[in-house]
This record gives sequence, structure tokens and C-alpha cells, in this order.
Amino acid sequence: MMLQIQGIRKTFGGLIALNDVNLEIDDGEIVGLIGPNGAGKTTLFNIINGVYPPDEGRVLFQGQDVTAKAPYRMSKLGLARTFQIVRPLSELSVLRNVMAGSCFGREDRPIGEAAEIAMETLSFVGLANRADALAGTLNVAQKKRLELARSLAARPHLLLLDEVLAGLNPTEITNMVETIREIRHKGVTILMIEHVMRALMNVSDRVTVLDYGEVIARGTPDEVSNDPRVIEAYLGDPKIAESLGSKA
Amino acid sequence: MAKLEVQDISSGYGEQQVLWGVSLSLEPGKLTSLVGSNGAGKTTLLQTTVGALKAWTGSVRLDGHEITSIPAHRRPELGMVLVPEGRQLFSSMSVQENLEMGATNSRARTRIDSNLERVFEMFPRLKERRSQAAGTMSGGEQQMLAVARGIMAEPEVLMIDELSLGLAPMLAVNLFEKLLALKNMGLTMLLVEQNVQLALKISDYAYVLREGRVFIDGPAGEVAANQEVRTAYLGV
Repeated sequence: MMLQIQGIRKTFGGLIALNDVNLEIDDGEIVGLIGPNGAGKTTLFNIINGVYPPDEGRVLFQGQDVTAKAPYRMSKLGLARTFQIVRPLSELSVLRNVMAGSCFGREDRPIGEAAEIAMETLSFVGLANRADALAGTLNVAQKKRLELARSLAARPHLLLLDEVLAGLNPTEITNMVETIREIRHKGVTILMIEHVMRALMNVSDRVTVLDYGEVIARGTPDEVSNDPRVIEAYLGDPKIAESLGSKA
Repeated sequence: MAKLEVQDISSGYGEQQVLWGVSLSLEPGKLTSLVGSNGAGKTTLLQTTVGALKAWTGSVRLDGHEITSIPAHRRPELGMVLVPEGRQLFSSMSVQENLEMGATNSRARTRIDSNLERVFEMFPRLKERRSQAAGTMSGGEQQMLAVARGIMAEPEVLMIDELSLGLAPMLAVNLFEKLLALKNMGLTMLLVEQNVQLALKISDYAYVLREGRVFIDGPAGEVAANQEVRTAYLGV
């Protein structure tokens, strides 16, 4: 088992961001994490990679209890993530950005080897020809690929992807989905948050749905998209519409 | 003639394109809703329509006149008014002061008093709380105030972004009833609403956006019966 999330609860002041969340991910799976705005998806990512500790519950990574372990330690253990808002080191070259990922990753490479790994990774994501460009000069799609390359250069066992498709045009989405499949073929397990539903449903083996901090459904893409609770979470409570209808 | 006609709009933020050739048209006196999942481009479309975001391509026409190049702050004067997402009230100012801030355009300014009376009649709760600081009211009351402030501008086209977000169901229903009352007075409205079932119930016409494009549009009843709507939200 790659990841086990057990009974996670997280509150911010009076707000319950996550409540009794359980999730298991097998080796080699692609699991989608969806839910309406504010459902708690990114908070769950932040708990998995140790940005903040949960109030309750445990995170097991490859069987080891890693609850609240700092993000840089998680990276050494083989957990990498991308961020929804990409923030490359704009004044450094694309290559150096990716080297940073390798230097602080699972294999703890010295800087010379990191350059080699970074270059390989850039070829893999299709950015090799921009290796010497300053990261700040890349366009949106290229920055998303750089973000991916930085995380991959850490040679993770498990990769958390936070909206890597957001802001891409349809062709770029198709290409990125293909890249995600290739990453899995290399043996990396993937947990991804995504709002581009067609792509997510297409690439995920299983999907977990959060709403108001709780898991409301889990299953294959087909199962969850036909689940009445999921439909209600996305399209609204039909009872409210009925109560209006009776007065209108 | 359409009250508001948005034609072939593309726009976005920085280099990030969000809308890809979106067209929509509001019939006078009708309530039109705009629905679609997170990131579909609803708010971007409203912001571009009111001129807060620049249209990369395409045009916006109000009563047949092209207004694409008229700056956002001059559009309320033409009757185009947006109630923004998250209300954007002046939270330390009183309810009445907030309402008066809605009436700063030259048309509405001269009739502040009669318009105040009108919105107080429509929202008695706001009258009771006229001296209270806006930020100290409940979420539902604040949303009420945001809509009322929009009405103070004497809109001919009122656009509302996320009316019911974060509101308890009964409060949402209450606000929707007010919208129906406004419609009966002949106001043209465009509503972005996360509760799709609710939006389709009260609208005359609806547009479903997906990934920055119009995916489905039609009379609200037909859209409500269309199984494809779910696809726009859930992908399959």
C-alpha cells in the first residue's frame, strides 16, 4: 500500500476543513480527488505532505507513520507534489529549477548528478529545448510542465498533482494527460486534484469525492459520476429548488 | 432586440486564456442564468462583460450599441450593473451608506431618496438595520445588501455573481423570490449560480459553460431536462 490516510480531521478556528477522512492508494494507481470549491482537497494535500499537522488521524506512507512529518522529510521519503499556483524560481534557469527538485528529493543527489537528472526530466516533459531559459520567461503551459519536472526530478514514489491542467488549452490538456499516463508507467503512483473533469475521469482508476471536508463517495469514475450525492454536491440540492417552485 | 449581446468573447488573465469565443444574448425582461463547474469561466465572462477585464476579441452591445471600449466605471451609468462574487461591501460603513454608494452614477444619484425607499420596501430587514455596520450582519443579510446596492444604481441589466454561495437554503430561497419580483418589474438579469437546480427553476433561459466555451444553451426547462448538463460538471 502506497498511502493510507486514516481518520484525518483538521480545523481552522471554527471551520472544520476535514472530518474523518480516510483514503487508501495502492502502488501504481492514479487516484482522482474531486469536490466543489472549499471541499478540503488542497488541505488534504497539505496534511499528506506535512505542511500542517492534522488535529486527529494518521498518514501512513508505504506503511510508515509519517503524520506531520515536515515537507522536506516527506520529499526525501519519496513524496513529491506540484502546486496549484506555480511559483518557479523565475530568476534561475529552467534547468536549475529542476536541479533544485533533484537535490532535495529522494535520492539526495550531489549537484553534478542533479544536472544530469534534471536534463533527463526536462526531456521527458518536453522542455529540454528551454533548459537554459529563465523560468520566468516560460508561458503558462511550459510553467506547468516545469512544475511537474521539478517534482519528478525528486524521483518520487508518490506524486501529488494539484490542478496541473488548470489554465491549459484543449491540446495542452491532451498532451499533459498523456504525460501523466507515462509517469504512471514509470512506476509512480499518482493522487491528483483536478477540476477539468473530462480529463480527470478519463485518466483516473478511482475517484474520491470530498464535500464540506467529508468523503461523500468513492469508486470508479463511472460510479462516482452517477452517485446521487455527488450530483447533488455539484448541481445543488434539488429540495431547495422545489421549495422555491412551490412559491413561485 | 436583445437587451445585452455578448459576441464571440475571448479573454483571460495575463497570458492565461479562460474564454474561447463565448456568445450570449439577454432578452429584455428575462432572467438568464449562467452555470458551469469551477473554472468554466463564469466570473471571467461577467467581469469581461462589465469591462473590468479587457476582451481579447469580441464585442459587448447594450441595446444594440457597442460598448466594448467604454471603461467599466462608466457602464453603470448606461444601466449595466454587477453584484460581484463575495459581495464586496464596505464592511465598516452602515447599511444605508453602502446603499448610497450604489447610487453614485449620474442617473441614479438624483433619485437616491426614492430608490432608498424602494429597496427598503423590498428588503424590510435592511431598513431595520440601516444604521448598522454592514460587516456585522449575517451572510444572508449581507448578500441582500449587495443586491440592494446593485438596485440603487438603477440597473437595466443586473448581473449577479454567485447569489446563494454560502447561504443557508431558506435564505437562498428568500433571495430568489426577490429576484422573481424584480423580474416582474421588467428588469433584465444575468445570474451566475452554483445551485444549478435552483437557477434552472427560476430562469427563462440558461447557458452552460464548460472549459471556457458555451456547452449547452436553451430555455431553462429544456436545459434542466438535458442529461448532458451533468457531463459539464462531472465529465462523464
